[in-house]
Formats: sequence, C-alpha cells, structure tokens
Amino acid sequence: MTTTSEISMSLAGDGLSRATLLSIRNVAKRFGKNVVLRDISLEVAEGEFLTILGESGSGKTTLLRIIAGFETASAGEVWMGEERLDREPPYRRRVNTVFQHYALFPHLTVEQNVAYGLRVAKRPEAEVISRVSEALEKVKMSAHAKSKPSKISGGQQQRVALARALVNRPRLLLLDEPLSALDANLRRQMQVELKSLQREVGISFIFVTHDQEEAMVMSDRIALLRSGELEQVATPREIYGRPATAYAAQFIGHTNLLKAEVRAGVVRCGTLTWSAALPDGPALFSLRPENLRLVDGSGPTAGNALVRGKVRHRAFHGATELIRVECADGLVLVVRTPGSGGLLDDVELEFSPADAILVRESPERI
Amino acid sequence: MFSRAYKAAVTLPPLIWVTAFLLMPYLLMFCYSFWSVSAAQTIEHSWNLSNYGQLLRVDVYWQTLLRSMWIAARVTIFSLLLGYPLAYFLSFYAGRKKDLLYQLVIIPLWVSYLVRAYAWKTILGSDGVLNTLLQYVRLTKHPLEFLLYSPFAVVLTLTHIYTPFAFLPIYAALEHIPRNLVEASHDLGATPGQTFWKVIFPLSIPGVVAGATFAFVLSLGDFLAPLLLGGPSGIMISNIVVSLFGAAYNWPLGAAISFCMLLLVVSLLFFSERLEKKWSFS
Repeated sequence: MTTTSEISMSLAGDGLSRATLLSIRNVAKRFGKNVVLRDISLEVAEGEFLTILGESGSGKTTLLRIIAGFETASAGEVWMGEERLDREPPYRRRVNTVFQHYALFPHLTVEQNVAYGLRVAKRPEAEVISRVSEALEKVKMSAHAKSKPSKISGGQQQRVALARALVNRPRLLLLDEPLSALDANLRRQMQVELKSLQREVGISFIFVTHDQEEAMVMSDRIALLRSGELEQVATPREIYGRPATAYAAQFIGHTNLLKAEVRAGVVRCGTLTWSAALPDGPALFSLRPENLRLVDGSGPTAGNALVRGKVRHRAFHGATELIRVECADGLVLVVRTPGSGGLLDDVELEFSPADAILVRESPERI
Repeated sequence: MFSRAYKAAVTLPPLIWVTAFLLMPYLLMFCYSFWSVSAAQTIEHSWNLSNYGQLLRVDVYWQTLLRSMWIAARVTIFSLLLGYPLAYFLSFYAGRKKDLLYQLVIIPLWVSYLVRAYAWKTILGSDGVLNTLLQYVRLTKHPLEFLLYSPFAVVLTLTHIYTPFAFLPIYAALEHIPRNLVEASHDLGATPGQTFWKVIFPLSIPGVVAGATFAFVLSLGDFLAPLLLGGPSGIMISNIVVSLFGAAYNWPLGAAISFCMLLLVVSLLFFSERLEKKWSFS
C-alpha cells in the first residue's frame, strides 16, 4: 500500500484533469414544503479542493450534510466511484467531516479524540498510537495530546478536529465553515495552513463557506450556490473573469452591471456604445472596475469603448482606489485605479469590449 | 452594586428560616441522641453514647437499616433501568411528541403520594386487580400472598414513585449533549451502539448520578410505602424512627438513628457531587 503522501505527489495542484471521486446527481432536498436544494449536479475530482460558496440559507450546509449522511436527499443520488453513497449510514461512508464548532468530544483528551475513529474501527493499538501521534504532529498539536478540549484555544481545537478527521485517511474531507469562529488574523493563517495541508495529504476537500475571499484564496474550483441552485461551478479565475450570471459577478468581487440593448452588432447602454457579435435584444454585461481605465494624456487605445463622467466619490484601498464616476446619462461606474491620488473632476473612461462579459440575469427566487 | 442594607434585607429572612427550622432542630436532635429515658418516662439529660451502642448491639436496628439500604438500592436500580431508556428515547427519538410525553412522565408527580400508594394496594391485594386477573385466566388457583405486604410491594411502589425523579436529571443531561457530537461520532465510523457507549452514556453520567442519588436518598427515608404495603417483613428504618418517637416514647434512640441516617445521606450527597463534577465537561 502506498502512503497518502506518496499519492499526493502526483495529484497536488497539477491542474491536470483527474479522476472523478464524488458525483452528486440531481440531488434535491425539501423540508416539508420548503425547498432547500433543487436539482444539484456536481462532480469532485480526486485531490481537488472544491468550495461550496453561498450566502446563509443558500443550502450549502444541507448539501454537505447530504454528502456526509446526516440528511437524506429528497431526490437524486450521491456516488463515490462505483459505490452509491446516499443509501449508506454516515458511519459506513469513507467521508469525514470537520464541523463548524469542531464537535470535539469533551470527555476525551485531544489524543483520545484523534484516536476515536481508529479505535471504533478496532485498529491494532500500536497502529492507533503511531497514527495519532503522526496526525497530531502534522497539525502541530503534539504538545497538547493529554489536554481536554476545553483547555485549548479555538484555533487549537480547529487543528485537533482536522487531525481527528484526517487520521482516518478518508477519501473525502468535508469542512463546514471551519474557520468562521476564528478571528480575522488566525483565519487568514489557517486558510494558508489548510490549503497546504490539503496539498500535502492529497485528499479531496469540500469546503463550505459564505466568504467569497476565502473561497477565492483556497479553492481549485468554486461551486456558487444561490437559493438552492448552482449559479456557476468554475475555477476562481474563471468565475471572476467570466462570471456566468449577474449574481456570480456581484457576489464574487466588485462589478459594474450594465443593462444594455444590442442592435445590429452594436451594444448600447445609455451613451455608452461598443460593438459585439451578439444577436439583437436586451443583454446584461459585467464589467470589472479594474477593466475600466482613466484615459490619460496618451489618449485612448484604438477599438476601446469610451465614456465621459464626473468623479463623485473616492475610496482609498491601499494599493488601489475605487472611484465612482457618474456619466452623462446617470449611469454610475465604479473604477479601480492604481490610486495616484489625482483630484480630477471630469474624466474620460475607456475599456476593451472584450472585458464586458455577457451574463445571464439572476431572477429573484424565494 | 447593591447596598449592604439591601443585601442584608434579602439574605436575612432565609438565613433566619434555615437556622430556626433546619439547623436548630438538627442540633436539638443531635443533643437528644446522647440523652436517655428514665424508668419514669422522663428524658435524662446525662451525656453518654449508650444509644449509639444500642444501635450496634440490637440486631433489629442495624438489620433494618441494612434492609432499608437494600430496598433503596433495588429501587435505585429499577428506577434507572426504567428512567434511562425513557429519557433516552424522549431526548433522541420522540421528535414532535417530546413535550407531550414529557408531561405524561411528570403528571404522576402531581398526584398525591398517598393515592399512588393506595392504588398499588388495590392492585396487589388478595382481592386486588392483579390476583383477580391471574385467577380469572387460571394462572393461579389461590391469590398470590407475596404480592402485598412484602419488600416486593415496597420496591415496586417506591420504584413507581421515584422513577420520575431518576428520569428528570438524566433527561436534562441527555438534552444538554450537543447533537453534533453524535454526528461527529457517526462521521468517524462509530455505529449507533458504539456512539451510545462511547459518547452519549459517558456524557450523561452526571444525570445518572443525580438521578440515582434522588431515588436512593428519597426511598431510603420513605416510611409510608412500607407502612401501607410492607407488612412485617417490609419494615424500613424510618418506620422504626417513627415508632420510637411515637408509641415507644424513646426520643433519644430515635434521634440517634436519625442522626446516623443523616450522616449517611450527607456523605452520599457529598460523594455524588464529587462524582458529578468529575464527569461534567461543560
């Protein structure tokens, strides 16, 4: 048998297509009349870090609980390889979970908590001891092996919860907002640690969060969930660069949503026009603030769309500055500039038509 | 935060109450236990340990005390055996019926103790419900005598009466177990049985200890059930105390027995509190 770390060599972050590990097929969930998830299909690859991103109430935790087996789907199937998972009780699934509030057993020491899974599986005691100490070492908690969970900090409990799950060498690790209880600094530190740990062990992670920045920083792919439906499943770069829907564009990063009308290959949004090979009719575009540029002395680039406006507001963000520009027809554009601090009032903006991304409307759902 | 006068006004009344109606009587009882009764049926205020000596010397006293403890122990065990599964079911599986079932467990506590004890008398007696039924279905020819006026009847009645007392703290302890611990256990591969013995039961131990203490202490001091249903073989230590303070007019000996029981109960409470602390992790 090869060890997990050996396997990880070939899998970790190579960006190549990998074998599918988990496949969620048309899963739906209702609680009484309340529809929480509808028709979710999603695949998770071996060694992938997938984030389920959504606001509270989007159904992301329910989806995770269906994979873990704490909830049964109202419809659809969950498969892991050739094995149908959704009919197995949670204790027969080779899936482990890191719970939002860690759920460490308060009557057991750190060491006993980590050993729990191996002991109930009746592994030989020598193996239990060596694997537990290895796991504790990996999360740098060896020094607290004999402590009770109530005697260690939140961040430390987090690490123990992680070790307790990973020591069982699951094929898939589920993490339910594991960092939400930590303060901002520790949280950023744990994001990095968690990501590098995932690379190291090579296990697939499904990470649930409502924090889009966290999702961007950590994930191989993001599955954006909204009101029980998937809006878009893509890499962070894709989802940022080419959002599929207005909701995706707004939820991940800042954007300008342009309601436009296409006629004979010309897009019109108020006084703003550019050309695009699109069929006639209404269209919605997402234009990222950093794709708008203030036209300076050297003049606009050929082929770019141009618009004039007045600066209404500036917000300093350190490396960059976000300015709100009101155009002649009342259209307000948010522009990200390097923050030279110039105090221009009247500005001319340009952007490349390629950067205006056509997005679907995100209709209201209840 | 609060003025001294306010604090005094709030704490003084209960303090006076406890002193006058609890500490003083106990102190008085403690004094009595060293005195004796003269031939002329008056209390002699001469200090000696003869009452305690008598307790050890006369078989009936310490034997009854032992029997009382044995009855109380059985009541405790049966109350736990009934109360724990009930509490477990209610807490984990009752779902929406939880509140209703909880009320049903509590309702018997509103019925007078005496009524419940008499109810058992009508059930267990020679012409009682149970014997009539057994003869009717021809399981027995004659009424079963051991049903009433026996330690069996006392244990049965006390178990019925004190099971809610064992149930309540167990139920409270089970309700306090975060459900994500149960999920975590399943998640780590533990079957429902393993989860019960490795997570749920250990975390409910404070409730079990509290429930056991209630059932044991309350039934140890009980005198009505043995009086009504115990017969000569089901007499408990409290019945002896009652008769010593009453018909026998031997307050000093009654006080000595009472004081021994008080000591027993207090040390039991002390011990059970230690045990509860050791097993609580909130």
